[in-house]
Amino acid sequence: MGVEIAVDSLTKAFGKQLIWADVSLTIPAGEISVMLGPSGTGKSVFLKALIGLIKPDRGSILIEGTDIASCSEKDLYEIRKLFGVLFQDGAMFGSMNLYDNVAFPLREHTKKSESQIRDVVMEKMDLVGLLGAEDKLPGEISGGMRKRAGLARALVLDPEILLIDEPDSGLDPVRTSFINQLFIDLNAQIDATFLIVTHDINTARTVPDNLGLLYHKHLAMFGHREQLLSSEEPVVRQFLNAQTVGPIGMSEEKDADELAAEKDLHMPPLPPIALQLEPSNGIPRKSQRPPGEWCRENGVTPPPGSFTPEAALS
Amino acid sequence: MSSTATRLLAPVGTAGKLFAFGLDVGRGLFRRPFQLREFIQQAWFIASVTIIPTALVAIPFGAVIALQVGGLIKQFGAQSFTGSASVLAVIQQAGPIATALLIAGAGGSAIAADLGARKIREELDAMMVLGIDPIQRLVVPRVLACMLVAVFLNGMVSVVGVAGGYVFNVVLQDGTPGSYLASFTALAQLPDVWIGMVKALIFGLIAAIVAAYKGMNAAGGPKGVGDAVNESVVITFLLLFVVNFVLSTIYLQVVPPKTG
Repeated sequence: MGVEIAVDSLTKAFGKQLIWADVSLTIPAGEISVMLGPSGTGKSVFLKALIGLIKPDRGSILIEGTDIASCSEKDLYEIRKLFGVLFQDGAMFGSMNLYDNVAFPLREHTKKSESQIRDVVMEKMDLVGLLGAEDKLPGEISGGMRKRAGLARALVLDPEILLIDEPDSGLDPVRTSFINQLFIDLNAQIDATFLIVTHDINTARTVPDNLGLLYHKHLAMFGHREQLLSSEEPVVRQFLNAQTVGPIGMSEEKDADELAAEKDLHMPPLPPIALQLEPSNGIPRKSQRPPGEWCRENGVTPPPGSFTPEAALS
Repeated sequence: MSSTATRLLAPVGTAGKLFAFGLDVGRGLFRRPFQLREFIQQAWFIASVTIIPTALVAIPFGAVIALQVGGLIKQFGAQSFTGSASVLAVIQQAGPIATALLIAGAGGSAIAADLGARKIREELDAMMVLGIDPIQRLVVPRVLACMLVAVFLNGMVSVVGVAGGYVFNVVLQDGTPGSYLASFTALAQLPDVWIGMVKALIFGLIAAIVAAYKGMNAAGGPKGVGDAVNESVVITFLLLFVVNFVLSTIYLQVVPPKTG
């Protein structure tokens, strides 16, 4: 039933190069959160810190009372059993076929018999639409298939937390939509905590319950999707609407001159907030809130045309 | 600390990390479950890439020693000791050294390339995230396999080398077969065989640990894997020759030479 991740004033630098400082947020249990950020802002590093692959310099990451940032190697291996992680390229074991890849965690961590393993593996392969490809090697299949196989492997131990690194990189728009729908359906089914790292705006606008934005070495904002999608904050606004006008430049943040030159340019009006994707069986997820509720509770007027089916197309 | 000092001290840090990695592997040795399947597969794989080259290296090695020692010993008029001298040289030095070259060059480079490729494809990360320690799962079986194969290779080099020496001594240098064989025990003794095996065991350990360390720390894409393989072979060669020197010195001090 999902686990909460509490991150407090997390800081990481590689040598002299600061990646991000004082990142504090709580990823709510059982909800889908998306972490956004321009390329090279350390989104993947953040994800790796959450699973203890990279030790942060300062701060803590609390999961079920264990601090990932400072716990012993043994506790770390124990707590990682709660996680399912989908790496950017799937990170399949190249020497094994897909079936053995997906069966690997079960064989290592459970005492299931081969026939029980077969049932679980086939169920997960079916879920990601890879039935019939069990005997293929990771090198023989497309990037999208590798990604889906990676997802099947991440799901096989029924994780409480699912971390997903750029599910849309290298996928065509149709496959991206399918995989997004799959995340929603999975969340409805297993109630795990989802954290998706991406810079695909469409994913960010339609999938998550919560949105976060990493920018300029800090966490610019983290909150309910409607909070960010209706935000007037220049950085958030620029990023979520993919505009050139705003504080984010081509290489890094823009300098004062550039910003001054842009001062008179008006940012285009906020587009309407799209409806969140629903589970395909029509039964709402536990963590789902009615559209517009956050805006009403916080007295924010959503951009005109929000929460209508047409808003998704704009 | 100034940047020059940091740069000067960097090799010390690397040596320390390598040593710490060795200790991690030592700890992983005793962690259960032992990966028997991986161990057998790796032993088979390393043996298959090293056996033929080792045999091919051993023959000229034995022959060169036989020619050199045979020629020298003739000048002293001690032909009857030719067999003994070449056995000593092959078993104590040539065997372990030829083994080291092949284990590092063929076995070690394969290990470094394999682990390096897994590292840059994030397979090792994925493994850690799945709650499995790659040192215990992948490195320990490879280190043990490398040590086992090294000992067997050493045995093979010794046999092939001595046989090669025999052929060259008897056929090319007109030595008498009887005296070649009879003199085996004149100067050589059983501890010479043990030290050869111990050396091979240690060389296998070093080669596998350096290769695994370099492979698991490969960075920077496919080029990083190539660099890791290259560095692992060079570092292993250097280490093995130094260790061989140290072990030989200790052995010659500790075990008194047999006087015929």
